[in-house]
Amino acid sequence: MSASSNLADIARRNFLTRAGAATGAAAIAPGVLLSTPAGAKPADQAVSGEKRWGILVDTDKCADGCNDCVTACEKENGWGGADEAESNAEQKAQWIRTVNIRNKATGYAKTLPVMCQHCETPPCVDVCPTGASFRRADGIVLVDKHICIGCRYCMMACPYKARSFVHEDLHEQKPWAPRGKGTVESCTMCVHRVDENRIPACVEACSTGGHNALIFGDLYDENSGISKALKAQDSVEIRADLGLNTGVRYRGI
Amino acid sequence: MSHCSPARLFALILSLLLLLPLAATADSDEDGETEALPFSRLSFPEPARHFSAEQKCVAPVEEMRKNHMNYILHQRDRTVHEGVRTRQYSLEECVNCHAVKSDEGEYVPVNAPDQFCYSCHSYAAVHIDCFQCHATKPVRASTLQSLSSGFVDHMHDRPGHEINRLLASEGPAQ
Repeated sequence: MSASSNLADIARRNFLTRAGAATGAAAIAPGVLLSTPAGAKPADQAVSGEKRWGILVDTDKCADGCNDCVTACEKENGWGGADEAESNAEQKAQWIRTVNIRNKATGYAKTLPVMCQHCETPPCVDVCPTGASFRRADGIVLVDKHICIGCRYCMMACPYKARSFVHEDLHEQKPWAPRGKGTVESCTMCVHRVDENRIPACVEACSTGGHNALIFGDLYDENSGISKALKAQDSVEIRADLGLNTGVRYRGI
Repeated sequence: MSHCSPARLFALILSLLLLLPLAATADSDEDGETEALPFSRLSFPEPARHFSAEQKCVAPVEEMRKNHMNYILHQRDRTVHEGVRTRQYSLEECVNCHAVKSDEGEYVPVNAPDQFCYSCHSYAAVHIDCFQCHATKPVRASTLQSLSSGFVDHMHDRPGHEINRLLASEGPAQ
């Protein structure tokens, strides 16, 4: 739970990764790579640093004007409703948004979804004065709204503008996604679903819509779909220069 | 009685005076006509509920009345920070069982004035913050919902009963 144990896990992970690279990659037979069923975590067991959840966004597969991931997130987590009637567009909750980018020199344009990038070393966690902003052992960055005082330092610190603040009294929240006035919130990578061995709502909607632009999985498991996809083709982090080692990576930008 | 000092006499008279109202009350109680003492007029809140007094909660009633907040507080940190999602002491399951339906068949928020949480909390003048963020109505099926079907003896666990199996499988208090 504490930040120090997280860092220790990360350090150990890096050491093991390097050690593994030294001994060579022939340890696993080709046939073994195909088996990927990850058993569901028992409900009474704490998450561990043996996994790190991530999402790969293939922007080449993002359809023009498609908003499926955003609407799925709104529906799943209950934001974007009529409760925030007094807030302007910039103030309203926004866990995930589509961003249009355009190369000024060539005119080449792209649309991509941007949400919390679930950094390995999240700036939002660094600046939080109460410890409400934290990184879970399995890499998901969350806000503990019980101890969030709504100072919004994390919103200022986040390079991705991923967090929003709730300005108004809310009603009819989802039991699995509590949200309330005076607290900061952001993408939880659908942590309630992940804990039940399900995939995030945006990834599910993207796949249901037939786009398959989003791949969710365990970055530490080299047999997972996301690890294979990352290994097969290049991908980038947004603002890789910051060295945050994000859990969300992009292709085609 | 020659040794009776004025001080002792005074004490005797004082104690008699003090006892007088009690005696009067006792007398009139037998008549059944006098008014009750002021504090006895207070009525305890009776929350709306759809379970019987005999039905089993996740812990004995006496325990829950005193310590429900500790169960919820402890579970909350385990859930948010460690992803422990057992349902036995989750707030969602509290709501699933304690929310009632109105005459129109719609669930009433569990924190509405005459409902389970609020009726007692307003009597005790303890403000609850849970429901600024948390859902106040059941939304998805309860894993402990078998609680509200069938009446279970509160104090005597019957081996093999569904709820006992569920509670046992959930392990000790989170």
